[in-house]
Amino acid sequence: MNYSVVKGTSYILVHAPDMVIHNGTTQTTEKYLNPDSEYLKTLPNHLRSYEEAVNYMPNQVYIGNHKPEVLKSIEQPWYDKGAEGAKRDGKFGEIMPQDEFIGLVKIVDVFDLVVLSKEFTEEIKSKLENHPLLNEGLFARLKTGQDMEDIERYVKEQDAEGLYNDKKLVGCVKKAHDVDVNLSAHVLLENLVSKASGTLAALHLLHKNDLKPEEVEYVLECSEEACGDMNQRGGGNFAKAIAEMAGLTNATGADIRGFCAAPAHAIISAASLVQAGTYKKVMVVSGGSTAKLGMNGKDHVKKNMPVLEDVIGGFAVIIAENDGVNPMLRTDLVGRHTVGTGSSPQAVITSLVTAPLDKGNLKITDIDKFSVEMQNPDITKPAGAGDVPTANYKMIAALGVKRGELERTDINDFILKHGMEGWAPTQGHIPSGVPYLGFARDEMLEGNMDKAMIVGKGSLFLGRMTNLFDGTSIVMEKNAGKLDDTKGISEDEVRNLVAEAMRDFASHLLQG
Amino acid sequence: MDLENQKRVKEITEKYGAENMIVLIGGAEAESAGLAAETVTAGDPTFAGPLAGVPLGLKVYHPVEPEFKESVDADVYEDQIGMMEMVLDVDEIVAEVKAMRDEFTKY
Repeated sequence: MNYSVVKGTSYILVHAPDMVIHNGTTQTTEKYLNPDSEYLKTLPNHLRSYEEAVNYMPNQVYIGNHKPEVLKSIEQPWYDKGAEGAKRDGKFGEIMPQDEFIGLVKIVDVFDLVVLSKEFTEEIKSKLENHPLLNEGLFARLKTGQDMEDIERYVKEQDAEGLYNDKKLVGCVKKAHDVDVNLSAHVLLENLVSKASGTLAALHLLHKNDLKPEEVEYVLECSEEACGDMNQRGGGNFAKAIAEMAGLTNATGADIRGFCAAPAHAIISAASLVQAGTYKKVMVVSGGSTAKLGMNGKDHVKKNMPVLEDVIGGFAVIIAENDGVNPMLRTDLVGRHTVGTGSSPQAVITSLVTAPLDKGNLKITDIDKFSVEMQNPDITKPAGAGDVPTANYKMIAALGVKRGELERTDINDFILKHGMEGWAPTQGHIPSGVPYLGFARDEMLEGNMDKAMIVGKGSLFLGRMTNLFDGTSIVMEKNAGKLDDTKGISEDEVRNLVAEAMRDFASHLLQG
Repeated sequence: MDLENQKRVKEITEKYGAENMIVLIGGAEAESAGLAAETVTAGDPTFAGPLAGVPLGLKVYHPVEPEFKESVDADVYEDQIGMMEMVLDVDEIVAEVKAMRDEFTKY
């Protein structure tokens, strides 16, 4: 059997401080409930500059300029420590500043809903013109901008959502319908940001992995947004919209949803589509979320630290036919939290971690690294949510103890050896399992690692349709280097099957 | 404790009577477990939800506390919570929740 392989990955961030203020739900809720609150007044003083966000080690790890292991050597908190050799461009992607990103939001808008001022357009033109990934076709979509008076009028009188840079209004997103809330300016801004950041990730994936756009046959998008109108609120399809912008002329696609577990579901689906021979190359892609910007801002401000949730995340992965080189996705070692699994942490970890390992007669110590919810503890610890990856590793280790694969005294060593410090922004689906795919691929290509497990979990109950939790997982393995040439079925077997069918047919004739 | 849960605790308490209620808290951190215990006994300390200034004084336990552990089937407990006992800082959680219960529970 030939497994599919992870042929390339990309990871991007967008620094979006003004969107923290205007589009993060913690802030918009506060504006609605307590418009004069102390928090809203002090928040702007806690926002980082672009340079500070770049010079932050977890962000540098996310875009691939440092390996995750570097974080172990830096004492927490990390936000006041800086990052050696920090830069905008990374091995896996980039950290885009907000002004250029607003331009990109305009570029990916095909309905003239995004309006930027003439001055701002002029300002970002020279920057975007030099961006290596924007071809002429995309760049031309920036157009020339409109008068500021028009933009102010759209925001004041026509329910448009303002776009701000450096605390100044520079443009807006107009609503697309008079009464349909699904096409309100607020929803469209969220969706366009998701599309733009997903497009940026897709462009980096193509560029960084010498992939021709026309080679991609199918796209699975796995963010947490919904696009549609009042008659089909989650109609979709972000995947095709992003594919169009990235020039994937031979691709179609669909959206996969499942809260934070969606990327893991998408990876497994893509791996299966390729392994089955349905498509040769499938892209899994996702942009990020404005709503989650500054989600724990109140705690960060209270603890007099910078608001660290100031970046939008995105990633893309290309899954391709087995080339005998790139790491394989073991579709026979897949874990899933089923309806009957139950909600206790023990049941959850069993279903996601040890159940797939049992299928391959593996122990938890046979997995070199577990990529769980790789949320940055710098963000979550001050907010009272603890260190999420470490909590996951403790649970995996404790289950190992219960199974007799580890001694209780080995738990800390296990975490050090098989775990990692989290580095991904708390953008829900973005930290969930997938941030390590790029590093795991590198380590396996260099021969430093045999197996990693990608685990995605999702809080389905937030949608109020079920109380259930969800999750799925898959083992990624160094390529064995040999391709399986045997056909799925031998000639003898075919002969037998045909003979059996003939006999069956003949017996029916006799009975008739 | 999120506002929706506060609302549900308040409504159920009004319906069945505070003396008939036991709240089980699943918080994995001592601090968050303590805050939840405080919310259903002394009232919402953040003054944001329906239990702000409403001291329900309910009985409240965390499943890792001995009172709970001893009152359920040992096999079921081992199956459902045994692993988490190894993971959580049990002493710290028990201390937080017990402190709130001792001070504010009326039943």
